[in-house]
Amino acid sequence: GGSGPVGSAAGDGAPPAPGRVLFPPTFSVSEIKNKQRRHFMFLRWKQQQRKEKLAAKKKRRKEREALGDKAPPKAIPKTIENQRVYDETTVDPNDEEVAFDEATDEFAPYFNRQTVPKILITTSDRPRGRTVRFCEQLSTVIPNSHVYYRRGLALKRIIPQCIARDFTDLIVINEDRKIPNGLLLSHLPDGPTAHFRMSSVRLRKEIKRKGKEPTEHVPEVILNNFTTRLGHSVGRMFASLFPHDPQFIGRQVATFHNQRDYIFFRFHRYIFKSEKKVGIQELGPRFTLKLRSLQKGTFDSKFGEYEWVHKRREMDTNRRKFHL
Amino acid sequence: SSQVVWDTLGNRQFCSYKITTKTQNFCRNEYNLTGLCNRSSCPLANSQYATIREEKGRCYLYMKTIERAAFPRRLWERVLLSKNYEKALEEIDENLIYWPRFIRHKCKQRFTKITQYLIRIRKLTLKRQRKLVPLRRKIERREKRREEKALIAAQLDNAIEKELLERLKQDTYGDIYNFPIHAFDKALQQQDAESESESDAEKEEEDDEDMDKREFVEADDSDLSDFEDMDKLETSSEEEEEVEKKASHSKSKGKTPLKGPARRKRPYIEIEYEEETEPATKTKAT
Repeated sequence: GGSGPVGSAAGDGAPPAPGRVLFPPTFSVSEIKNKQRRHFMFLRWKQQQRKEKLAAKKKRRKEREALGDKAPPKAIPKTIENQRVYDETTVDPNDEEVAFDEATDEFAPYFNRQTVPKILITTSDRPRGRTVRFCEQLSTVIPNSHVYYRRGLALKRIIPQCIARDFTDLIVINEDRKIPNGLLLSHLPDGPTAHFRMSSVRLRKEIKRKGKEPTEHVPEVILNNFTTRLGHSVGRMFASLFPHDPQFIGRQVATFHNQRDYIFFRFHRYIFKSEKKVGIQELGPRFTLKLRSLQKGTFDSKFGEYEWVHKRREMDTNRRKFHL
Repeated sequence: SSQVVWDTLGNRQFCSYKITTKTQNFCRNEYNLTGLCNRSSCPLANSQYATIREEKGRCYLYMKTIERAAFPRRLWERVLLSKNYEKALEEIDENLIYWPRFIRHKCKQRFTKITQYLIRIRKLTLKRQRKLVPLRRKIERREKRREEKALIAAQLDNAIEKELLERLKQDTYGDIYNFPIHAFDKALQQQDAESESESDAEKEEEDDEDMDKREFVEADDSDLSDFEDMDKLETSSEEEEEVEKKASHSKSKGKTPLKGPARRKRPYIEIEYEEETEPATKTKAT
């Protein structure tokens, strides 16, 4: 119908100059049947778009310069963090309810300096070399931690034994196909249990420009970006792994940085070169965690009461919504 | 006729239950006693046959006799064996009395094996089971991609450095880090806070004076009076610069780390100048 005569007008080998032929407004490049011509028209359309865009940019810049001081402020580019869906459980620093909750939850004795953390690190059955070495390095990073070889023991039996021996936390590193891929962190006397998926694990020897081994000093802890209520409780869990009083002489810092629901763990040694400049050197292993589930009591997969479970169908669909 | 059946199916023609491998022939028939394809173990080629099969943890003895060969529905007779191992063996013996030795023996062997594996199943279900969770490729890829992007967005090094500097500012490290300039800046800031209002007023006056003085100086030759004015110029300009610098210090916190020491040296020197020139001006004035 309409594109027939137009097509013939446009096609004689090389299409005529754009000024001469006027296409009807409902015409689109994709309607041309001939692939070569269609491709050519598309390229031309693209060039035109680019020119227009460049011209618009120049014009805007000129206007901005012309206005000088009165120019409207530059538009802030949209990032995922900017566009994040506001989570209603975001913690307000002055919230009294949250403060009250935290004073009475399972970590209160730690934050009141009544208990000293003592950590047990273990793996799943038959760990391969990489996992074993990772466990050792992790135990050097976390002070007052012990690595025990798991010999087919059931977790439900280990936990009462740990409580009897005064351990405060239990870390189980799950292994699959010779690489560690899961982390279970359980606060022992009846505390919450968090199950994480672990990825990009780098041992010390794989880190470039690493320094010497981490010393025995108690490191500082940095927890970044734990904003929601859930993030807050997870952050406190991490904080309770380390003794409360860091030794600043050691100049070591362990960082848990949450970004878009991925928690990045890094271990650095820092030095203040001047008052405004600090240098950091990465020692120690690094890994990233993604929270899979948070359970109220200690590890119990069947009868446990889950505070939060990652539901893929509901939670992964929205790209701007994060839960930690 | 069982011989005929064996001649056709077993040896020569096709048997759908037969599986051939390099060394051996197997029989897939569910009633087969040994699992191999033999003249004596083929359930099709033997008119008198018996097997043990288990269903849902209970073992049954299946028997086939020549009398029922014409009735396929009633062909296999089923006897439930007791759970007790020895009793079941006796029951097998009872039922298969007068049967060929081979079948009796193989039945008992098969029964033993079955009970052993049932025991093992029961033991394993009590222990920890390994749960296999299937990986979904699309989801794994998506997670990996999101993690990479999150890592880039996180800018970890910058974040950590910022946090450490914040902590230094808030004095969490106490007296360990002795940056004198830091303390000096603090002292300066305190002084500024006191004399800010004065310096504002002075600034305006000095601006006008400077303009006049500059014109005056350029026009005349260098005299003592001019020298006085030049001193005043220097001091006032120094003060202005100091005030500006302090303002800029408080605003740009991390922007000029390198210029910092260079800049900070100036106040030191200028204060010395002030001290030296002040008495000089006083004497000259008098």
